[in-house]
Parts: sequence; structure tokens; C-alpha cells
Amino acid sequence: MSTPTLSNATTRVETLDRVVIRFAGDSGDGMQLTGTQFTATTAAVGNDLATFPDYPAEIRAPAGTLPGVSGFQINFSSEEIYTPGDAPDVLVAMNPAALKVNLADLHKNGILIVNSDSFREVDLKKAGCTSNPLEDGSLDGYRLFKVELTRLTRAALKETGIPTKDQDRCKNFFALGMMYYLYHRPLDYSLAWIEQKFSSKRELVQANQLALKAGYAYCEATEIFQVTYEVPQARLAPGIYRNISGNQALVLGFVAASRKSGLKLFQGSYPITPASDILHELSMYKSFGVVTFQAEDEIAAVGAAIGASFAGALGITTTSGPGMALKSEFVGLAVMVELPLVVVDIQRGGPSTGLPTKTEQADLLQAMFGRHSESPCIVLAARSPADCFECAYEACRLTIRHMTPVILLSDGFIANGAEPWKLPRTADLPEIPVRFRTDPEGFLPYLRDPDTLARPWAIPGTAGLEHRIGGLEKSDGAGNVSYDPLNHERMVRLRAEKVERVAWDIPPAEPEGDSVGGLLVVGWGSTYGAITGAVRRARADGRRVSQLHLRHLNPMPRNLAEVLSRFERILVPEMNMGQLAFVLQGRYLKEVERLDKIQGQPFKESEILERILDLTEVS
Amino acid sequence: MSSEQVALTKKDFVSDQEVRWCPGCGDYAILSSVQQVFPDLGIPKEKFVIVSGIGCSSRFPYYVNTFGFHAIHGRAPAVATGIKVANPDLSVWIATGDGDSLSIGGNHLIHCLRRNLDIKILLFDNRIYGLTKGQTSPTSEFGKKTKSTPFGSVDHPFNPCALALGAGGTFVARSIDTYAPHLKEVLRQAAAHKGTAFLQIYQNCNIFNDNAFAEFREKEVRDDNVLHLRHGEPLVFGKNKDRGIRMSGPYRPEVVTLGNGVSEADLLVHDEKAPLGYAFMLAHMEPPEFPMPIGVLRRVESECFETAIREQIQAVTAKKGPGDLDKLLYSGDVWEVR
Repeated sequence: MSTPTLSNATTRVETLDRVVIRFAGDSGDGMQLTGTQFTATTAAVGNDLATFPDYPAEIRAPAGTLPGVSGFQINFSSEEIYTPGDAPDVLVAMNPAALKVNLADLHKNGILIVNSDSFREVDLKKAGCTSNPLEDGSLDGYRLFKVELTRLTRAALKETGIPTKDQDRCKNFFALGMMYYLYHRPLDYSLAWIEQKFSSKRELVQANQLALKAGYAYCEATEIFQVTYEVPQARLAPGIYRNISGNQALVLGFVAASRKSGLKLFQGSYPITPASDILHELSMYKSFGVVTFQAEDEIAAVGAAIGASFAGALGITTTSGPGMALKSEFVGLAVMVELPLVVVDIQRGGPSTGLPTKTEQADLLQAMFGRHSESPCIVLAARSPADCFECAYEACRLTIRHMTPVILLSDGFIANGAEPWKLPRTADLPEIPVRFRTDPEGFLPYLRDPDTLARPWAIPGTAGLEHRIGGLEKSDGAGNVSYDPLNHERMVRLRAEKVERVAWDIPPAEPEGDSVGGLLVVGWGSTYGAITGAVRRARADGRRVSQLHLRHLNPMPRNLAEVLSRFERILVPEMNMGQLAFVLQGRYLKEVERLDKIQGQPFKESEILERILDLTEVS
Repeated sequence: MSSEQVALTKKDFVSDQEVRWCPGCGDYAILSSVQQVFPDLGIPKEKFVIVSGIGCSSRFPYYVNTFGFHAIHGRAPAVATGIKVANPDLSVWIATGDGDSLSIGGNHLIHCLRRNLDIKILLFDNRIYGLTKGQTSPTSEFGKKTKSTPFGSVDHPFNPCALALGAGGTFVARSIDTYAPHLKEVLRQAAAHKGTAFLQIYQNCNIFNDNAFAEFREKEVRDDNVLHLRHGEPLVFGKNKDRGIRMSGPYRPEVVTLGNGVSEADLLVHDEKAPLGYAFMLAHMEPPEFPMPIGVLRRVESECFETAIREQIQAVTAKKGPGDLDKLLYSGDVWEVR
């Protein structure tokens, strides 16, 4: 939908309600930076947005080659949006490799901006091109803009006197300036950011700012674009917003929970993609009393978190799938000693090292069942970058109240992706009461709260409460080592019931759309955006389809069986081989349709929509 | 310790749990010494935490009436690290064995040592796996026949003290389970050390590796086979204190008999703070060529991990002011939608 308005004789302005741009280049071209700058400016303009950074696992794959291509996609809109967009309307390709990798996704007749200076014989060879796509007609179906980004940037920076190599590194800002012109974005945010980022190197401040302005001015002067576009402010719910990635939101959620509970936050962690940013970010918040412990390995990271919890801190550990596997023995210990612990798993493509920088949601069964023996954990999953805040907070609330570990699942897609987040008022956050046991009278380490079955949290340093805990089976109540067969069965059942009872502490399932009849799309985790977009489009098309997105995966909402029974068909789209589908079928004996995608890439709305259309009829 | 504190006795540190080690196990002696030393340290009972891994020795926490955490195999240092960092006021002790700390938990042990957390590690070294019934351990001698090595072990053993020194241990000591006066003294020294104290204790497993340390444990022969290390004193040993250690050349210790022109002045004088090479030399002195050095091999001062963490938090807080949650959430580029 576009409304053309005449601006002057040669160019006109169109208003669009949504645009998807993908920046693609070599990993050394600064595409992630360009994307985040465009995102921050777009957030400030007031659009709704969602982003999808997609980069290689190698820090610097050979320059100009296909494995070295790094991309950043942003979807921004004047409407509410749910995903980073299925296919780009605009592709900025800094070299032939970036073009080759990304062209297939670009809409027909989409805008294609290429750095024509990087299509020399040698560049084409590195990308494995047998002919020059700029000349062989293969780009005929697109609105191609060949821009000599390298030459133009060098010309703009001639006066700065910085070496050519450094000048060339500014060409991403030239491209960014062009995109700001094309979409009517102000330069201020990025100019200020450059000022701050390079404050110790004046010549780099000048060079990058010049490049940005030059890109903008180039478009203005040459009228290269006959049409430019406006995307008006989104009509978001009133409030204060900031743009946030999933990993940043997790960190803020944990700090908030620490503050609200009055507990010192202790994070044990070992670097692993895509979870390391949580460690980087949390380690900056020392003024909140946060302790970040970069352990010698994944096992020590979780062990130290458990030790910290025993001593009265809020112990958390953050990792990805392979790290989860290493931690599993310790998580079993946390189940046994019944202490608070939050384990965050930022899922990535696997098994083994798999696709470290790509997304997947195939650790659900690991989270639910991936430990020896009967060792149930509370399992939560975040559905979007901003939702990571609430989920981190909820994970802390539950682990403290129920004295048993919580596994919080996120994934590479929402960990690195960003969206506007309507900031909560801290006063409105739910309370997280902590009751350390202090009274020795009648104290037993495994006495249970009659409601939650939680045992008392009796921390070292409290006189009269000296007691021993450990991995050996305990006698109920006294907590002494016990090999009694009936006691063991009783304790196994108690630990399971303790987790089951969490169902009374979480909201019941409430489908969006219709409350009964037709197709119900059930999802969990980062598929929320794509499912939501698809369901809304299908409903607009007159289909009887609703959706239900599960945050609590163990235990599941207590009315789930009843909710599922209200619908004729169930569809479960997942970025795995049907793990939630497996659980739903096993638990509720409900036949479900699966839609599995295991490509290291998130679902597109259209992929889910297509399946919904197959399964429903126009009513 | 406040003066009104009621004096503690050994009984205060005896738990109500029945001790379940094999009769005659060296662990009993170690338990008794620890229970005798703890009351005299001036630390309130509720501030003690004993952490362990898996193995015979790791049942230790159940028998001492303090806070205790029986963790998983090899991982006691990880749990202890979290406890100590979360609450540096606690007195944290680890009970571990040669398999627990040098095999499955080797990584955690060395990192604990390099960080120099103020925790005390009691390594019960019996040179065998006891709880799993008699397999070779990382301190078993080369060629040793065990259940898992019926034709003799082809593994070279670790030297625990040398390993601890190599990992940057600031307090490295050795003692013997049944040599109570010595063990208690070294336990007191370990408790007094500000930093990770590593104490290797030769411990007899009378079921799977009996008499492994008979030459050091039996009173009649002990004095001829061990070398007492005392800071500032010459390296003299023997029932009649008539033998000693001197240097025959660079890095080459030798045993000499006093008299016939050899006097105490010719002997090495023990220095706990000497360059590391000296401590390594001591750690590697072994029978039959040398007496076994016992006591404190090395004791140096270095900043503790938990102190550095606390100071960094204090310094950042002093600079930035105490964290304000609202400010944090509403920081960065925020915008208002009306």
C-alpha cells in the first residue's frame, strides 16, 4: 500500500506501511554495525521493528568468499509487526559474494544497491561467479543501483589524510547515509554515536561522519532514487520504549529480579556462542552488586552458581546447548538438594558444535528430560527479544518460591534480534519474597511448605541451622542419607509433585483468536512472531484459526488438555523435529500436525501461513 | 570472635550420623583431628562449611556438625567457589580424595589454586579408588596391580604437591592421617593462611591399599623416613636428628650424616617463601633416596579471588554510585509513545 506524493519535478515520496531491508557484506565490512545503526535510528523515529542479524561462525572467513558473508535484516513499520520479515524489499550488497548468497531472497522488482567497485575480476572469482552479474542480465528483474561505494567514499575522505585502507572501512557509513536518505531518516543519532564511539580518535570521528553525510548528499545531489519512502510512526501502545535484544533483556530481567528479591546475583558462565553476550553485559553491572564468574568450564560455572545459591545468593548460569549437556549432572544435583538455580540455554543449531551462530529450538527435550533418572525441572521459553525480560524475571521468581531449578530457553534468533520494548515500571514488577529460615526451633532441612512443597532455605552463617545436603537420597524431613526403598519412591514423587504444583502458580492457557473450534496453532519460543503474523493474515483471509503460545513448558498450564480439546485440529510449527508435538501427543493423546523447519533460520510468516491455508477452509 | 562466645569443644563438631567408613580406615583419624582443631580456630560453628565431591573421603561433611555440601564427583571446588564468593565470611573447607580432585576434578582443583580463594583443601591421598572398590588412581605407583590394572598400571602418577605448586598454590603442605600432633598443627596453619591452602594427607586404605604409607605411619620407623619442615630451621631428620639435606650441586639435594666435618651450618634451611624451584625440589624428594618432607612446603601471600571481586564491586559502586534499577532500565536510547 503506497500513497504517492509529489515532492518536486524529478523525485517523489511514497508512504509505505512496512519495509524490509537487508544489509549484506563481508564479515569485515561492518554490516552488523550498519544494521544496528539503522535500527537505532529507526527506533528513535518511532517505527515498530524487528531485526535478524545473521553472521558466520568464523570471525574473519577469507575476505570476499561465500562463507564470509554477514547479513543484517530489519523489518520496520507503521503497524505492529512480529518478525524481521520474510523477504527483503531492499538488499544492500557490498560484494559479489553477498549478492550471490542473498539475491534469491530479494522480492522481484526489489531495490538492489551494490558496491560496483567490488565487482572486479578477482572479486568475482572469490565469490565463484563465472560471469559478472552486473553485466550478464541476471539482475534484470530488480531495481538495480550500481554505486561506486569505494571510489565515492575515498573521494569524500580525500581531505582527511587518513590511509586509504581506513577510508575504505568507512564505506558502510556511506551506504548507511544512502539508506537514511531513501527512507527519510535523520542522521543525528548516528553522528552522535560516531562522536562517542571514536572519541579518542578525532580523525575517525571526522572520517565516519563525513562518509555518512556524503552518502546522504550523494543521493540528494544525483537524484539517484526517483522515489523515496516514508514509513510513518507506528501506533504502539503509549509508554516509554527502548530497543532491546533478547540477551540484553535477559540481563535486565536478572538484575531486576536481584533487586526485587534483595538477593545478590551470582552468574557462573563459560563463553559460548550465542550466550556470551549475557556474560559481557552482566559483568558491567557491578554497581548492582552483581558477581559474574567466568569459570574454567561449563561444569564449574553451574556448580559455582549452585554453591552461591546454597550460601544465599541468586545463582544463575548461562549457556547454549553443548554447555547444557555438560551441566546436566549438576542440574540433577540442584534438583536433589532443592536449591534455587536458573539455567539459561540460548539454543543454536546442533547436535555437537553444529551451527553455532544459527538458530534452532531443538533443546526442549533436553531441558525437560535430559538428565539421568527422575529429575524434573521447571522449563520456560521466551518468545521474543523483549519477552526475555519477563521470562528471566519469572524464572527467578519461580526458582526462589519453589526451591527447584528452572531452565529458561531462548535461541540465537531472539538472543541477537531486537525489537522495541515497552519499559515496565519497576514498582509494577511482581514481588519476589525471600524467606531465609532463621529459627532453629523445629528446623529440619527437608521440611516442606504445605502449598509448594518447597524446603526451607537455610543458609550457612545461621546459628543453629547447621545441616548437610548432597546428592545422596535424603530421608523426607530430616534430610539424612537414606537408602530406604519406600522413602526413595516417596522423595522421587515429592520432587515431581513439587514441579507439578508450579502449574497453580502460572496463568492458565488462553488462546488468541477464537476460544473454540477450527485450527489451533500451538507454539513455544521464538516462533511466536512468525506464527502470530501468519495467524493474523489467515484470519483476515477468513480462516478459522487461533493460536496458543506456551511460555511455561514444564509444567504446562493446568487447563491445557481442556484447551486443546476445544479445537478440531492442532498445528505445531517448531524449529526441530517435532519436540513439543511429541510431548503434547504423549501427554494429552491429542493428534497434532507438525511443521518442522531445521535450517538454522527462523520461520517465515509465509511458511506457516501456507500450512494454515492447507489445513483450513475459507469460512 | 566475640569474647562472650561459648567455648566450643570437639563434641560440637560431631554430627548425629553414624560414621560409615571401614573399620581401621585412616579417614577416622583425619576426622578426629579436624574435630579437635575446629573448636580452637575462633570461628563460630555456623560459619564453617565443608564441601566434598564423591568418594570415601567425600562422606566427610556428613560426620561434622557444621554446614555441609556433598556435591558431585570432582566438583567440590566449583561449589566451594560459589559459596565463598557469595559469602566471604564463611570458613570453607573441601574434603576430597586423589581420584576426586586429581582425576575427574583436576581442572577445578588447578583453577581454584590459581585463583587463590580463601578455602582449605584436604586431599585424602590413599593412592587407590576406595568407594568403587579398588581401581588405580592418579597417585597409584607405576606398575601397581589393582582391579583395573591386573598386569600393573602403565600410568605415571601425579605428585600432588608439585601439581599444586605448579598451579600457583600459595600454601602447599603435607601430613599423615595418624600422625595427629603433626596433622593438627598443619590444619591450624592451613586455617590461618589467607588464600587457598592445599594439604595432602597420606591416608591408609586398609581394604584396597593397606600399608601404602607404613614407613611414614608406624611410630618406630617414622622419624627415620620423614623430614619435618620448619620455617627457618635446617633440614634435619632421623630418630637421633643426625641426618640432614644439603645441596651437592645446583638443584641437587643429597642426604648427609652430621658429624665428620658436616655440621648443621652445611644444611639447607627451610624457607616457606623461597623461590618456587626450592619448593618443587622438596615436593619431588621421595623415598628411598630421601626422607618424605612433611609440613608446610610453601606459604606465600597473594590477593584472594573473593576479596578482589568484592573490592572491584566496591570500587565501581563508589565511582558510579549504587545501581538504580529504574535508571538502568530507562537508560540508552528511549523514546516515548503518547
